Amino acid sequence: MTPIPITLDALRKTYGDYVALDDVSLAIRPGEFLTLLGPSGSGKTTLLMALAGFVRPEAGRILIGGRDVTRLAPNRRDIGIVFQNYALFPHMDVLANVEYPLRLRKVSRRQARERAMAALARVKLDAFAGRDISQLSGGQRQRVALARAIVFEPRIMLMDEPLSALDKNLREHMQLEIRRLHDDLGITTIYVTHDQREALTMSDRIAVMKDGCIRQIDAPQDIYSRPGSGFVAEFMGEANILAGGDCATLDGTALSSAATLMIRAENLHLDARTCGTDGLRLEGRLAGKAYRGENWLLQVALASGKEVMLSIPAAAAAGCETLAPGDPVAAFAARRHAHPIPAPEAA
Amino acid sequence: MTGPAAMTAPAPPADDGRAGLRRDAQRERAFFLSLSLPALVLVGLCAMLPILWILRQSVLTLRGEFTLANWEKLLSSSLTWKSVWTTVELSGATLVLCMALGIPLALALASAPQKLANRLLILVMLPLWTSILVRTYGWLVLLRRDGLVNQALTGTGIASEPLALVYNFTGTLIGMVHFMLPLFVLPVYAAMRDIDGNAIRAAASMGASLPRTLATVVLPLAAGGIRSGAMIVFIYTLGFFITPAVLGGGQVSPVAIRIEKVMSTFQDWGQASALGVLLLILVAMAAAMLAAARRLAGRKGRTHA
Repeated sequence: MTPIPITLDALRKTYGDYVALDDVSLAIRPGEFLTLLGPSGSGKTTLLMALAGFVRPEAGRILIGGRDVTRLAPNRRDIGIVFQNYALFPHMDVLANVEYPLRLRKVSRRQARERAMAALARVKLDAFAGRDISQLSGGQRQRVALARAIVFEPRIMLMDEPLSALDKNLREHMQLEIRRLHDDLGITTIYVTHDQREALTMSDRIAVMKDGCIRQIDAPQDIYSRPGSGFVAEFMGEANILAGGDCATLDGTALSSAATLMIRAENLHLDARTCGTDGLRLEGRLAGKAYRGENWLLQVALASGKEVMLSIPAAAAAGCETLAPGDPVAAFAARRHAHPIPAPEAA
Repeated sequence: MTGPAAMTAPAPPADDGRAGLRRDAQRERAFFLSLSLPALVLVGLCAMLPILWILRQSVLTLRGEFTLANWEKLLSSSLTWKSVWTTVELSGATLVLCMALGIPLALALASAPQKLANRLLILVMLPLWTSILVRTYGWLVLLRRDGLVNQALTGTGIASEPLALVYNFTGTLIGMVHFMLPLFVLPVYAAMRDIDGNAIRAAASMGASLPRTLATVVLPLAAGGIRSGAMIVFIYTLGFFITPAVLGGGQVSPVAIRIEKVMSTFQDWGQASALGVLLLILVAMAAAMLAAARRLAGRKGRTHA
């Protein structure tokens, strides 16, 4: 099956005064793994439900593989959906759950069984076919939900925070597994999450949403290191947003005090040698510190009163242990790690 | 009382405090049991004793000597079997109608927004606030030959002459369905409200039409509620007296009516008691059958899409 593209054209949905989708346009490439990332209430789930057909937009169009499906009923869209709470059928066993979409499609009993077993084998649950849903762990249930969503070879896959109910280790394992599944099947996939690390791990592209709008859409590396706004910068990870006046250059050229710079916590160092001659220097006093295993977090209060966060890898953290609050700290960053962003939006 | 029991379970084998814990748990359990004592006494005195008394009555002559004549007479009388059949017919028909009307109603309530559903639920419950006697006579007024229903039917030309809607099986059935419907809808509504909305969405996303989703997801998941509702309707109506007495007009005589007739016309305590025991057996059989149906449903039906 050839992967197909999805186009959203000025999609709009309001609930009373609340604008859930504010004229969202988006082009998803065939076979792409696209993540909708945003805080709760940003409209990402509404967008997903509009794609699935459970939310009817007031304006705009949805094209799946070039076909306008805006007014099409959910059961005619041929979309595999994985829900956050699994949404398995508790009155059927594992195999019957996975066979369900095939039986609807009048696939013969034998063939349905074969294909369901193959799908279960893909998620390594073929040994659990006869179990009741209530006998499965959360991770196993999510795998059954995955098998059920892929077994009928839908043209697109939608996933609504499918891993948020799992514990951290399992979640990270499943992230890689879902991505591998996507690469094997090549189904155009839209994934909703509020976990930026999950989005970075899994996606071809990430669309960051806020207030019913897409703020930025880019590949993970670009959106992380070159965010287009302070909101995206802070949402994607530990970001220090600095005014030009907060930093001094090492080579003596002056920085415009009007400029706004974003420096990631892990790109600030205690050692000036790490950033060569073309670097920036920040000075302040230690406000707090925390040991996190693989790194140390240092909070440093600058002269302007602004606090910046440093993430120092444990291997380079000699001296962090003896630092005490109030001690003077100088932090350095390479110039290329200082990404200019538009001035912060007036709140 | 799993709390105290669970506390003792994981204690290590050689724990000195173990016996003490178990003693505390037992004391706690005994305390909770003692709370139910008043209810147990009440049930014992007010339900079990009369039943035993009726059982005894059914095998005694008027002078108090042991006899099986009451039962012989009862079981050989065609009137008995006719009234048993009428009872089952009435309860069965009430159940069928309650299901036909109640399941769609519960479905509508369960899919309505919570606020609206709460208001509609009050409307469903409203009939329960008036006495059954008032409601039954209300139906009499509505259904009789020159009643509102017949006036409407003849006035609009739907029927050329007034229909016999009361003093017969039909009238009795209408009254019984009206009384039982809210009691049927409640458990079914509760079961449907509990169904995960995403399960229904998932079925749709996989290609299930609405009727198909209803048949393969909603109804199976609401089956427990439907069974409870069916149990309430069927068993409750087996002993109905007022409705057939008022709306049946002497034409409909289920077991409860027979008992009254035997008492009021013959003052035959033995015969009436035997009929009462027969009714009790009928109820027990119905309950056993429904329980068996539930066990059967629990065993199969897991693999059907």
